Amino acid sequence: MKTLEYVITDPLGIHARPAGELVKAAKDFRCTITLEKDGRCADCKSIFGIMALAVKKGNPVTFTFDGEDEEEAFRAVGGFVKENL
Amino acid sequence: MRRYSAKSVCQGVAVGTIYVYKKGQNTIKREKVTNADAELKRFEDAKRQAIAQLDQLYEKALKDVGEVNAGIFETHRMMLEDEGFNEAIRGIIETQLVNAEFAVARAGDHFAKVFADMEDEYMKARSADVKDISERVIRVLSGQDREISSFREPVIVVAEDLAPSETIQMDRDKVLSFVTVRGSANSHTAILARTMDIPALVNAAIDDLEAIDGKCAIVDAEEGTLIVEPEEDRLREALDKQERLAQKKELLKTLRGKETVTRDGRELLLYANIGSLKELGGVLENDAAGIGLFRSEFLYLERQDFPTEEEQFKTYKTAAEIMAGKRVIIRTLDIGADKKCDYFGLAKEENPAMGMRAIRICLSRPEIFKTQLRALFRAAAFGKIAVMYPMITGLNELQRIKAIVREVCDELDAQGIAYRLPEQGVMIETPAAVMMSEELAKEVDFFSIGTNDLTQYTLAIDRQNEALDDFYDAHHPAVLRMIRMVVENGHKAGIWVGICGELGADTTLTRTFLEMGVDELSVSSGKILPIRKIVRDYP
Repeated sequence: MKTLEYVITDPLGIHARPAGELVKAAKDFRCTITLEKDGRCADCKSIFGIMALAVKKGNPVTFTFDGEDEEEAFRAVGGFVKENL
Repeated sequence: MRRYSAKSVCQGVAVGTIYVYKKGQNTIKREKVTNADAELKRFEDAKRQAIAQLDQLYEKALKDVGEVNAGIFETHRMMLEDEGFNEAIRGIIETQLVNAEFAVARAGDHFAKVFADMEDEYMKARSADVKDISERVIRVLSGQDREISSFREPVIVVAEDLAPSETIQMDRDKVLSFVTVRGSANSHTAILARTMDIPALVNAAIDDLEAIDGKCAIVDAEEGTLIVEPEEDRLREALDKQERLAQKKELLKTLRGKETVTRDGRELLLYANIGSLKELGGVLENDAAGIGLFRSEFLYLERQDFPTEEEQFKTYKTAAEIMAGKRVIIRTLDIGADKKCDYFGLAKEENPAMGMRAIRICLSRPEIFKTQLRALFRAAAFGKIAVMYPMITGLNELQRIKAIVREVCDELDAQGIAYRLPEQGVMIETPAAVMMSEELAKEVDFFSIGTNDLTQYTLAIDRQNEALDDFYDAHHPAVLRMIRMVVENGHKAGIWVGICGELGADTTLTRTFLEMGVDELSVSSGKILPIRKIVRDYP
């Protein structure tokens, strides 16, 4: 299992568009990818789940990667996160 | 004539016939099915078709409103493919053995409610997106996949609510305006209307939609009203307003982003006057080079007690940050007995215009002045703030101001609070200051001529007194001669001289001011571009 701690910098937070892009980045990996904020979690392959967390700028969040291709997912999705969120 | 108030989400004026848009009637019946697999397949097929429609809409939106706004249809597609949403629909079909329409409606309601219950306004508005996608699938399922009518004549579209997919399908040449009974400023329809630059209203208090269908109407999104069956003079007024707005827009297009430079290469500093942070939108829209007069009174008016240093600091800092390195000239408190500001405890005066006001209050009650200066100097560390003192008559006031400024700096230094000493200038608005301008110029960074008070003090005419209209001459040679004198004395000492009173915005005088060598004009935002045009044609 791998984790990534991150503080959101996008001024609008994870709104509909970046949530959609996050799903696009995550959905082709077999491992589970979870986004956690304040003890609440969402599946990164679900746009509703991510949006329902209402993540705002400055919120600390944790991404967890668990499964066979977790290394690759960590690199790809982690890279996306740092670049776009 | 009937008048409905509403909230404007995109400015402009439209005149035309109302077309009331009604959604297809989708009363969804719950029906028992025996074969869940067949129903699941119906759902999957309908979903695939709905996705194909969304892809088409995305392509159309990409052309019409650009990539950022088209993104909504990509988001819709992802929502439709959301595993949780699909799982919920399949679960309802399988466990309850019901028709796919009912299952989609149920799941859609559930997820729409999740968003509607969120605190965040933006997320709340997303429940409309969830409804939009479930309605799309239901329309495919029930074979009601109708086209949005293409209107022959351009119309004002009025609806209970509009989904983004409905908005985008309308032919933009045929839509004069959108008016919805529901909706919010954050809704995609509002965003799309702004991108398409079509006047739009939401939250319109219309009780009976049927009754206004096909009627002539005015949408005045400047005022936030829908007027159905207007009287003739009202109609003519609206058409005039539309014409004026069109001209303004044209001017915006051609002059925005251009420099305010004369043909012989002289630059004029063309700044805006504002009275609150809210007006900054207009400043940016009209492309001002800075703020030439930020009246700080609004911080003091309509309240029970003095604004705190922190409150003032935040306001000034925000202005400096929004103007991002452009000059923001803030005038210190200019309040007198004529303004309603009871907590100041000012005595009633016979002649407030010549009484205890502006810098006179600040110098008599330095604690008020110091709080404002501290806030200003601290905010100056965040941008190009300049400070301007009103109602100066000579060197005496200036020396007293400078002593207080030194105290403020010493205190901030001692407390280790970050600040920057901003540029400081004085308003020239008394005949005495004009006569003393040669001396004053050596002590300050700039002059700004306040023509309203200067005219009233020079001509000894109260502008509020209509009986004196016959004697009042806005272009009185005495005032113009004074302006010339101030400019010359300012330049002799190497400082710049501007005008921030109403005369500065008088386009019949712009060429005169350029000829005098005035360096800056500060005017209301709407006057920026008309003046820029004159400057660019000079000489």
